[in-house]
Amino acid sequence: MGKEVGGLSITIFSWTVGIYAVLIVLIFGRLIAGPTIPDRAVALDTMNSLVVAIMIVLAAVYDSVVMEDIAVVYAGLSFVSTMFIARYIEGGM
Amino acid sequence: MGILEGIVVLVFLLVGIFFNSLGVLSLYRFPDVYTRMHGATKCSTFGTLFTGFSVIVYSLFRYFSVGETRFLVLIIHTLVAMAILLVTNATGAHAIARAAHRSRIDPKFAVVDRLAEKEGRRRASL
Repeated sequence: MGKEVGGLSITIFSWTVGIYAVLIVLIFGRLIAGPTIPDRAVALDTMNSLVVAIMIVLAAVYDSVVMEDIAVVYAGLSFVSTMFIARYIEGGM
Repeated sequence: MGILEGIVVLVFLLVGIFFNSLGVLSLYRFPDVYTRMHGATKCSTFGTLFTGFSVIVYSLFRYFSVGETRFLVLIIHTLVAMAILLVTNATGAHAIARAAHRSRIDPKFAVVDRLAEKEGRRRASL
């Protein structure tokens, strides 16, 4: 379906998804080797925003609006998890 | 139509990829948690916004050439996702920074820490 509708843009979007996946794999270095817990939380936050970007692009590639809704819910849940991690670091829990 | 659409989408996506790569690079090149957060949060928010703009431009071109309303639905949902990301990224970074300062992680090369003095504790390295 996607191939005959918008061939060039779909190809560009697919390469972008590959590049973002490489960036997510690169973030794992900071996630594992971060000296403190806030370093790891920042790495996880960056990873979450890259996953949202991948979902937005894939919604255009596969031509499905449902993936955008999943991106919205994923962004909200990652925000809640970041807030929980921050509260845990602070010592309020 | 196809070439123009491809060029515009490619420009937006290249800006997005550039800023997201800068965000990932800043996670490795900066010395402590505050500067890493500064680089990573700003750059990844901006890069993801431009990725969303490229999808919006693509959907606008599709809507004007094909004329189906599902591309308008795609635009609206992309705008909602971008708005939520714009709010939650900044708020989450602020919460992490506040928690890091409360758990006594010092900025590495800073010479003065007014917030720590205001809260009545001296930094260990000063």
